[in-house]
Amino acid sequence: MDNVSLALMCVAALLATAVLGVLVRRSAAASGLVYSLCLILSLAILAVAASQLLGGAGATEITRLPIGLPWVGANFRLDPLSSFFLVVIDLGAAAASLYALGYGRHEDAPERILPFYPAFLAGMNLVLLAADAFSFLVAWEFMSLTSWALVMAHHRDPENRRAGYIYLVMASFGTLALLLAFGLLAGPAGGYGFADMRVAVHAAWLPGLVLILALLGAGSKAGLVPLHVWLPLAHPAAPSHVSALMSGVMTKVAIYGFVRIVFDLLGAPVWWWSILVLGLGAVTVVLGVLQAVLQRDLKRLLAYSTVENIGIIFIGLGLALAFQANGMTGAAALSFTAALLHIFNHSLFKGLLFFGAGAVLNGTGERDIEKLGGLIRTMPQTAFLVLGGCLAISALPPLNGFVSEWLIFQAILVSPDLPQWGLKLVIPAVGALLALGAALSAACYVRAFGIGFLGRPRSPAASSAHEADRLSLAAMFMLLGLCVLAGILPGFLIDAVAPAVREAVGHAMPAQASLPWLSIVPVAESRSSYNGLLIFAFIVIATLLTVKSIHRLASRAMRRGPAWDCGYPEPSPLTQYTADSFAQPLRRVFGEFFLAREKVTMPKPEDPLPARLEVRLRDLAWDMIYFPIERTVALAGEKFNALQFLTIRRYLGLVFAALVSLLLVVAIWA
Amino acid sequence: MGMIRDLFLQGVQMFLVLAVAPLLLGFTRRAKAWLLRRKGPPLLQPYRDLLRLMRKEVVLAENASWLFRSAPYMIFAATWVAAALVPTFATGLQFSWTADLIVITALLGSARFFLALAGMDVGTSFGGIGSSREMMFASLAEPAMIMIVFTVALVAGTTQLSQVADFVFAHASLRVSLALALVALIIVALAENTRIPVDNPATHLELTMVHEAMVLEYSGRHLAVIELAAALKLSLYISLIASIFAPWGLAQGDAAPGAYVTAVVAYIGKLAVGGFLLVLFETSIAKMRVFRVPEFLGAAFMLGFLGTLLLFVSRTF
Repeated sequence: MDNVSLALMCVAALLATAVLGVLVRRSAAASGLVYSLCLILSLAILAVAASQLLGGAGATEITRLPIGLPWVGANFRLDPLSSFFLVVIDLGAAAASLYALGYGRHEDAPERILPFYPAFLAGMNLVLLAADAFSFLVAWEFMSLTSWALVMAHHRDPENRRAGYIYLVMASFGTLALLLAFGLLAGPAGGYGFADMRVAVHAAWLPGLVLILALLGAGSKAGLVPLHVWLPLAHPAAPSHVSALMSGVMTKVAIYGFVRIVFDLLGAPVWWWSILVLGLGAVTVVLGVLQAVLQRDLKRLLAYSTVENIGIIFIGLGLALAFQANGMTGAAALSFTAALLHIFNHSLFKGLLFFGAGAVLNGTGERDIEKLGGLIRTMPQTAFLVLGGCLAISALPPLNGFVSEWLIFQAILVSPDLPQWGLKLVIPAVGALLALGAALSAACYVRAFGIGFLGRPRSPAASSAHEADRLSLAAMFMLLGLCVLAGILPGFLIDAVAPAVREAVGHAMPAQASLPWLSIVPVAESRSSYNGLLIFAFIVIATLLTVKSIHRLASRAMRRGPAWDCGYPEPSPLTQYTADSFAQPLRRVFGEFFLAREKVTMPKPEDPLPARLEVRLRDLAWDMIYFPIERTVALAGEKFNALQFLTIRRYLGLVFAALVSLLLVVAIWA
Repeated sequence: MGMIRDLFLQGVQMFLVLAVAPLLLGFTRRAKAWLLRRKGPPLLQPYRDLLRLMRKEVVLAENASWLFRSAPYMIFAATWVAAALVPTFATGLQFSWTADLIVITALLGSARFFLALAGMDVGTSFGGIGSSREMMFASLAEPAMIMIVFTVALVAGTTQLSQVADFVFAHASLRVSLALALVALIIVALAENTRIPVDNPATHLELTMVHEAMVLEYSGRHLAVIELAAALKLSLYISLIASIFAPWGLAQGDAAPGAYVTAVVAYIGKLAVGGFLLVLFETSIAKMRVFRVPEFLGAAFMLGFLGTLLLFVSRTF
């Protein structure tokens, strides 16, 4: 049996698990059963996809299953690109299922999650397997709706209901854009199969329009600014293992949609496309991380950080488009590899961090970092794991986040050879914003970890926190291990994704694993090289050497005493630096205008009232785009409300007028 | 034989930077005292201080966690590895290709990450204020550094420091972009090493401190290791500036043993000149208010960006 049939059978089994979830939802063992099945099935698809990607088998497909559109059928295909994304998705899904085996036991309403969770996994997998527009969009909508149901799992909270509503609106908008994109690609003949789209000849204006629609459709799902507004609301609202899936994995499905349309179906790119993608990516990086650094809600912070990382991935894709349009295939392969690596890396550390946030939520009942603190003592293992995740996502060597950003920087350094002036001016700015984003993300995670896990407990909940269960910890350890491995042995990863890169841009980076000492050399050895393994080894050796020699030769005496604090230690934990005070300098430097409004109420000298500082965070996208739209819709609704109260005579008149005008249109058209 | 020699040279570099760093610190303190017409501490005082601190017992705050105890070693190791990868007396050493300039910048970022976390571990307000300000400075200094790396890399066609040094040595010429990068790099170096006008390494007024505030709770060997890391960082930046903008006197490839000795002497001479210029600058300028620093660093960022942009427009700048 070929790989694609195997994968489809696993997806069918996932759907069956969803039905099983409905049937057994009330029994005590239900969550264990459902999550174990999900774990096994995700691992199975992972194995299938990995064997397809690494086995060099090219593409296997099933055509014209008798479901779907009558003249197209349902087509499924497993090629290196979709195999790579399947590996990412199912690795994340397996980790989430393992985590949920422990975490899901604390769920108070499992019947709202168990049926939808396997269905959500099935939907994501189907999107990747689909090879015609109809199956793709059906799977896409299925994925959206099941994830919406998961967002609404805790629907008693009005904030979650609002998040669900906004998510639903944005998801429908995205699907609409994709529908139009596929409609344009299919043309009047209705060639909805991807194979037909690849060979179709388009009018000159069409690919550009499809690119914009793909950016809107996939971008709204992935969280590109300004389409990201639903993401920081919806991702945190779901249970933590689902948040991890939505942030770490579902956004990658959206990127797959973009890559499939733009790199595969659309044919040769034009250079100005890349300006659009690069510009949006760079804005997304900076606005995402600036929002993240100000958030107090741990899960919302992580969601905004996802927005930032999506921006990084789109920068990689934009660079690949620019190089591809100019025939610089080597550089295109480098940028595309960097984007794929970041997709993989982000799914690892974002999953890890959301799991950590879930463990914190479970151990303390709090998501507000202002009410945490000191968790490194009460939840030592979770703290260690989250610290690893923070290091990885802050792009610090020798962990994995650094490798992909390093590759993108290397790609930027090749770009002065591009001939177009527009690109020559945009790419340095993109590089500057990317560097700014990387530095701010380190600040963001120092703040998140320092306030949430270090210091003294800021609330009774934090001081009585309990450690996460073993299965949750195992899932987190697995992801951290993969982060470290991907960081110190990036060469193997680059070689593993090479078939997918070759499929998308027609060329791949030179093989890395055979290089001496396992370093990676993106262009040429005289240009740049990086060896994560040796850096890791050097750091470990230097640390051990220092510790051993100091303990041996100098002193190892130690005494505990009260904190020094310049001679005035104050026992109240309220005297600690807070999350808001930590972010205050950044807020001040990076513009109060578009991040936060501060209001100081200072009473008169004799007035006994306390002075107050109010800070209201704002998201520019809401103020500039969504609130005006909301107001316009409300206004229009109010105006048209009058139509509800007409007499029957006027209704008939309206119908008649509509009929006449439509006939006129038809008459003029023909 | 070649392999053993290469490893030996790499080892020499590793321990040379470690041995020289406190001396540089002692020299700057001494020179600063001279310029202020004071007598100043002896040159070897930093070594004595380190030794004294290492022999003392550590007084640990009651609620300090394992992170607080291990952070000094992580900070030191990351800084040491970074410092050992910058060419000091020779280019093209055995492990020079393991990391390029971006990696070195990021390694210093790793060290800073742990330092800022260590400042927040005990839960005192001074530690928090130091960490918060350090991260604010870093959020501008790091992108500025990346922009400088871009400028230098576009001129030299490589991000490998050894290759950059060889390139500048072979094709030395005055270039606008490199001049911009130099100014930016000096600003970044001042900020990263918490020197005047950004921070005052000699201050003991708590509210103005950045680096000192973060390490306030440290004592004994932990403090010694952190101080040594700070000294390493200073010599790293001076070596970095010297190897990019003044690579003369570096031993290249398979030089004779005698050449290496002169190269080491030249390196120490460069450190002395760099240290003296630093002190001269510091004594002639006042410390800034903390919220002026972002403007100062923003200037470095824009200079680096301008250099990069010029090179994107034309490689001849």
